[in-house]
Amino acid sequence: MTVPVRRFDAVIVGGGGAGMRAALQLSESGLKTAVLSKVFPTRSHTVAAQGGISASLGNVQEDRWEWHMYDTVKGSDWLGDQDAIEFMCRKAPEAVIELEHFGMPFDRLENGKIYQRPFGGHTQNNGESPVQRACAAADRTGHAMLHTLYQRNVRANTQFFVEWMALDLIRDEAGDVVGVTALEMETGEVYIFHAKAVLFATGGAGRIYAASTNAFINTGDGLGMCVRAGIPLEDMEFWQFHPTGVAGAGVLITEGVRGEGGILLNANGERFMERYAPNLKDLAPRDFVARSMEQEVLEGRGCGPNKDYVLLKLDHLGPDIIKQRLPGIREIAIKFAGVDPIKEPIPVIPTCHYMMGGIPTNYRGEVVIPQGDNPEARVNGFYAAGECACASVHGANRLGTNSLLDLVVFGKSAGDSMVEFIRNEMPNWKPLPANAAERSLARISRLDNQTNGEDVTEVRTAMQRTVQARAAVFRNSENLAQGVKEIQEVAERVKRIQIKDKSKVFNTARVEALELENLIEVAVATLISADARKESRGAHAHADFQQRDDEVWMKHTLYYGDDRRLTYKPVHTKPLSVDYIPPKERTF
Amino acid sequence: MTDIDPVEIKRIRWRSRRGLLELDIVLERFLANGFDQLTMAELAAYRKCLELGDNDFLDYVNGKAEVDDPELAHIIGILRAA
Repeated sequence: MTVPVRRFDAVIVGGGGAGMRAALQLSESGLKTAVLSKVFPTRSHTVAAQGGISASLGNVQEDRWEWHMYDTVKGSDWLGDQDAIEFMCRKAPEAVIELEHFGMPFDRLENGKIYQRPFGGHTQNNGESPVQRACAAADRTGHAMLHTLYQRNVRANTQFFVEWMALDLIRDEAGDVVGVTALEMETGEVYIFHAKAVLFATGGAGRIYAASTNAFINTGDGLGMCVRAGIPLEDMEFWQFHPTGVAGAGVLITEGVRGEGGILLNANGERFMERYAPNLKDLAPRDFVARSMEQEVLEGRGCGPNKDYVLLKLDHLGPDIIKQRLPGIREIAIKFAGVDPIKEPIPVIPTCHYMMGGIPTNYRGEVVIPQGDNPEARVNGFYAAGECACASVHGANRLGTNSLLDLVVFGKSAGDSMVEFIRNEMPNWKPLPANAAERSLARISRLDNQTNGEDVTEVRTAMQRTVQARAAVFRNSENLAQGVKEIQEVAERVKRIQIKDKSKVFNTARVEALELENLIEVAVATLISADARKESRGAHAHADFQQRDDEVWMKHTLYYGDDRRLTYKPVHTKPLSVDYIPPKERTF
Repeated sequence: MTDIDPVEIKRIRWRSRRGLLELDIVLERFLANGFDQLTMAELAAYRKCLELGDNDFLDYVNGKAEVDDPELAHIIGILRAA
């Protein structure tokens, strides 16, 4: 079967903040650049980022990039690579001012400079006192960023392929990346995108969890493609959680609700936080509350038919306080939990928010994998940026407002690296391998021909329940080992998923099946990586190994999908220009 | 909706996938329950809603913002109830 081929200097998969920032760099350099996106670019999940983007502009209070770096290293629980962290924090002011010059409508001070708001974990002088570092465009920072970058890309003649889903990475015999295959949803046809360089900016994969704040499009497509192409995934055990998302929906209930006097109850009506944290009770730190909630569920004291959530009770505050101080929350509860908190408690569960791990890259956005003695050999022609990449600046836990910063700094850096690579090393396209589209065509053909198979929704639900039960915030050896077994059973079922609708044009059932094939790779990587890490660090809190163990475990996990094995590589302890920030106990 | 091209219906269903989880949930419910009963005029209005930015769309659906476009007011009312 002949598959049509389209040729570009650079192909970018993903039209969110990172993909569009990289595309701009390439298009403005005069290179022919394509961006493939499942949805219209301004409806990428970047739109959900509200908090802001951090940069040590010092517009409100004295600030320095070195302090931002310290906060990020500490936030990462010393798993972040300090060269990449220095790079990001040093570049942050320039990146924000550049967005401002692009026309992004930041909130301003009276003197006309960008306003900066306070945010958890942002400090002056290495933890001494809070500092206002977050730049925002009201509560629509991600939205403003997407629109700004989209407009610039249109001006720079970036070619957008909207409603196209990338299917597989194309590597030649040398292992170099020479393109991707992609499905045009409008026609159902598969194309080859032949490129001198490919960048993945495919976002997170939070949909592996039953409880997730991520939009439905966040299915880890880039990660699935990497696993199938023999590229390892880094630090997949680290996922950031919020304690109180609406059970079954994922929509967040702010911590302010507990601040106003909301309390958590188990199935017996017990205020269980009194047992775990006698002093702070429901106002204990976020991760502690989340782990206590999950322990209640695991010990059979969860609520509901599946005993899989706890209750957030507000009615004792009285209707007036709820209406006055928590109107938005009442609305969310009614709409997404189907309960009015004036009368009934809200079902809540710790909810996945952000993926710290991903495709291994360096601060230049180049994908790097072990080869011989070199733990970080460049994969020629392959780049990644944004949530799908692991640079690693977030390490074991991401600092708030560093995600938008990551998108623009590493999007641009990867774009620059690609321009350099194409100009200096790849004046012509490398030939496509003969079987370039084989894997993708086989996947689609299997879906079309499968009989007596498994239902996509059922298998996806089984995967999400397993990951939620075994690898959410409460982790112990027994539970993780059980999870590894269970998720591999689910992976076997994914091999037999079936779709009823075999039509070609805008077949969303097919797209969802292909997405599930990506999600499951991420889910298996998460369980296997988490099961192996015998320590507690950042978001990986292990009940049987409660201390951070720098001696043994200050290293990055690498997961290979072909034989589901793990290797490790060292954390970068040498920043670019400043002294190493040595590990300390992480107290706040 | 018998006169509508079935491909257009499928396209509209895909475009109901958004960048914000809250919208995904509301629209998924609506697609499962209510979407098939839309009149031609309502469908045209829904298509117009899908052109909105996600934040504006959600503010309408949540009742946080008033719908000033009379063409959209009715369909947003249906979505609010979804």
